[in-house]
Amino acid sequence: MNSYINRMIQISLRLLVEGRVDAILGFQRGTLPMMSQPILIRQPEQVDQLHWDSFCANNVANYLPKRREKVAVVAKGCDSRNIVLQIQENQIKREQLYIIGVPCHGMVDRRKVLADLNGREVLEVRDKDGILCLAAEGFEEVFLHSEYLQDNCAICRHRNPVIYDELVAEPVTEQTEVERFSDVLALEAMTDIERWQHFQELLSPCIRCYACRNSCPMCYCPTCFVDESTPQWLGRSIDPTDTQTYHFLRAYHLAGRCTDCGNCELACPVGIKMRQLTKKLEKDILELYGYEAGLSLDEPPPLDTYRPDDPQEFIK
Amino acid sequence: MENPYFPYPVRIDSVAVETEDRNLKTFKLVFEKPEHQGKFVHRAGQFAELSIAGKGEIPIGIASSPTEKGYLLFTVNKVGLVTTALHRMVAGDIIGVRGPLGNCYPWDKLEGMNVVIIGGGFAFTTLRASIVYMLHPGNRSRFGDITVIYGARTPGMLLYKEELTAWERRDDILVHITVDATDNPDWKYNVGFVPTITQEKAPSAKDSYVIVCGPPVMIKFTLPILSELGYPPERIIMSLEMRMKCGIGMCGRCNIGTEYVCKDGPVFTLAQLSQMVAEY
Amino acid sequence: MSKRVIDKTELPDLIGRLMESNRVYAPVRQNDMTSFKLLTAAEQADFNLSNTTLSPKSLMLPQSEWLFDFTLDKAKKETSFLSEIPHDYSPRFVFGIRPCDAKAFQLLDLNFHSPQYRDPWWVNRRQTTTLVGLGCNNPCTTCFCTSVGNGPFAADGLDVLITDLGDELLLEALTHKGFELLAQTGVGAEASAATLEAALAIHHRAKQAIKSEVPTERLKDRSLIDLFNADFWEEVQFACINCGVCTFVCPTCWCFDIQDEVSKNSGVRLRNWDACMFPLFTLHGSGHNPRAQKLQRVRQRFMHKLKYFVDKYDNGVACVGCGRCVQQCPVNIDIRWVFQLMNGLAD
Repeated sequence: MNSYINRMIQISLRLLVEGRVDAILGFQRGTLPMMSQPILIRQPEQVDQLHWDSFCANNVANYLPKRREKVAVVAKGCDSRNIVLQIQENQIKREQLYIIGVPCHGMVDRRKVLADLNGREVLEVRDKDGILCLAAEGFEEVFLHSEYLQDNCAICRHRNPVIYDELVAEPVTEQTEVERFSDVLALEAMTDIERWQHFQELLSPCIRCYACRNSCPMCYCPTCFVDESTPQWLGRSIDPTDTQTYHFLRAYHLAGRCTDCGNCELACPVGIKMRQLTKKLEKDILELYGYEAGLSLDEPPPLDTYRPDDPQEFIK
Repeated sequence: MENPYFPYPVRIDSVAVETEDRNLKTFKLVFEKPEHQGKFVHRAGQFAELSIAGKGEIPIGIASSPTEKGYLLFTVNKVGLVTTALHRMVAGDIIGVRGPLGNCYPWDKLEGMNVVIIGGGFAFTTLRASIVYMLHPGNRSRFGDITVIYGARTPGMLLYKEELTAWERRDDILVHITVDATDNPDWKYNVGFVPTITQEKAPSAKDSYVIVCGPPVMIKFTLPILSELGYPPERIIMSLEMRMKCGIGMCGRCNIGTEYVCKDGPVFTLAQLSQMVAEY
Repeated sequence: MSKRVIDKTELPDLIGRLMESNRVYAPVRQNDMTSFKLLTAAEQADFNLSNTTLSPKSLMLPQSEWLFDFTLDKAKKETSFLSEIPHDYSPRFVFGIRPCDAKAFQLLDLNFHSPQYRDPWWVNRRQTTTLVGLGCNNPCTTCFCTSVGNGPFAADGLDVLITDLGDELLLEALTHKGFELLAQTGVGAEASAATLEAALAIHHRAKQAIKSEVPTERLKDRSLIDLFNADFWEEVQFACINCGVCTFVCPTCWCFDIQDEVSKNSGVRLRNWDACMFPLFTLHGSGHNPRAQKLQRVRQRFMHKLKYFVDKYDNGVACVGCGRCVQQCPVNIDIRWVFQLMNGLAD
């Protein structure tokens, strides 16, 4: 990790001093163990604040849409795919970006670590070579990075950036054979009624904070459908029907656009596993159109293009 | 315990279209229950929340003076969901009214003083209430000279046209009506922006208070002129607007710094505003 | 009879008996999340946590609440008349509320129970609810209650304070409601002097155990306009994604929205939690938005809690140091850092 940080700092310093970019978009160390905070650095003196570890899961592409200036952005595999999509959707221009590509070993799920600590609080975390060393008053424990990955990172096939100007390290091996859709298959195996009940339960804790939406780099509509008032499409209360409508509709708006960066689940304060919705749509898009979101600037999104051979059995 | 969120049911007695683009209508409201009418005792400058069941509520300045008994007048601009629904309503329809809310113009300070009223566009509603109040035979002697400068984009966009022309003819009030522009050859009043007319015609600042209500651009250009004319910030009175919901200083949304526009305002002096954060 | 000791194992029983004729709330676990819920069985109560994910704010200000209903059927005489929907104000008991959250209710009273207006739903619920607090033997690393006029065993806002002595619990009645509860349930034995001393030692240790501190002494005196125009807001606001997590988990955030919802020929006027973080919060009908930019909204929230509230009510900050926002902000915007920035360097 240290070499990653050093490279990031080197590259950023050079870019700022040369005036190649106006700012660097990256991470700084968080105020809590196992957290980091997105940061925008404008002054060369500040590049030392840049940080990298297994807790940099936030997708900084979230801060790009409609930005006017030139930025260097620290991007993992998933982040880089979102950048491709944002360029294709005219939210940012390629020329504005200097993409500092970060081959990613997967991010650790802080909540999984906390759950296994059984209420004990951690004061310090050392993250090195796949080992997490957690320390606090009266104890020290070692967790294996690979056993506490975020759900989406465990099944990720695109850990290396798909678009970049410079990499901070050699690419990592891709998990090309990992089974991506086992959760979806389990859902598909349910009966209609079972599945309906499953989703009702899944979404019942939702407090409509919209952290999922706001942390998503692909949700950038100036006025979200939830906030329209003429007409008002759905209610704003925690009525279950309205809440389910919000989640289902948002998932559909992400069909063919979601890169499974996992920020939605990361941000949710009540632990809703809403990736179950988008993962199913990701599988459908793959099967219907042979498309994975954001892999190449040259590949237009399938829901934006018409091909005569598009599947149409659903048209009855 | 009185519920401050409860709207008194009122019936629309009449609807008058005020402006040529039909976007402003004056609604005359009559209380369904006399005990509610007894509770609704307001002072010029205050507002009320008009409630349209099924649509929502809107904060609207009370255009009628407390001297006008038995009814309330509200002039409403059609801008969104609730106002559009209200504009579709006709005499006989039931809506709700919650209030009176907010503070009023500082009538205690205006006693014995000259009062200058400057209004632009459809911000003239509570100014009408103030003028009617001051001109009432029981009140007129309590105030010095009354000067009104009121302008709109075109003649057709002026509010309360008949009353305006009637006031203009009176000798106990000096009224300067103006429009930004007109190609009507019969227009006999002023042509020019409100700030310009203010500069030309506003009376001396001695022993005078000025109440200013209008769109932001009018305010921006009128205030410096008032300063030049010698009006100190404590004697320049303004009425602000904000997105409101509860109207009683509880939902937290209409604040400018520490002040809730619905409860600590909407009337503020320029002196007060200069101590507040510039976020409105 | 105001200080009683019971065996820890007696607590579920006490709760169970209260439940026979009252509504009782306590922390309940659902997957990894905890919140205060109405108990259907005493065993549901889970006191084995530092604090609930969501604050107990929803007990006094439900996230969504129906206020009035009306018919839109023009054939009916009362068409479009709003009528208040009856609420249940039968007595409620809340077990396991932490002192910070109870203090938060007192702060919110300043808003909902003002000299000019009283929010009937808030006031009625406050009056008919007894808060049985559980002090914090082991405060979290993110708790900073002692910096904001509170503490792990502070009495503000509580009717009864429970101290966990290990195998036993000390129950101290602090108010009339608290006395009534202890008298009504008639549990345990009167606390001995030794027990009281042991409890005090626990209180003292807990206070010492608070590691997080924030400076507040200059907030009242610092210039409102200077703070508003400070340079540091640019840095503070950058990472914010303007969601509602901080606002919704916070026990001292209270903003709400009022809306009408209609189904066929009838409707309700309801209110929902709202957040100054949301862009539409201050959008005028004309399209003008005084806080159209993220910086303005982020600044508003912190200025309100740490300055406007201080100036307006002269009762400290609108923050009880519970640390929930610190733990749950998806991008780690730390209010403790903002306290430092706003308070400025100590003289």
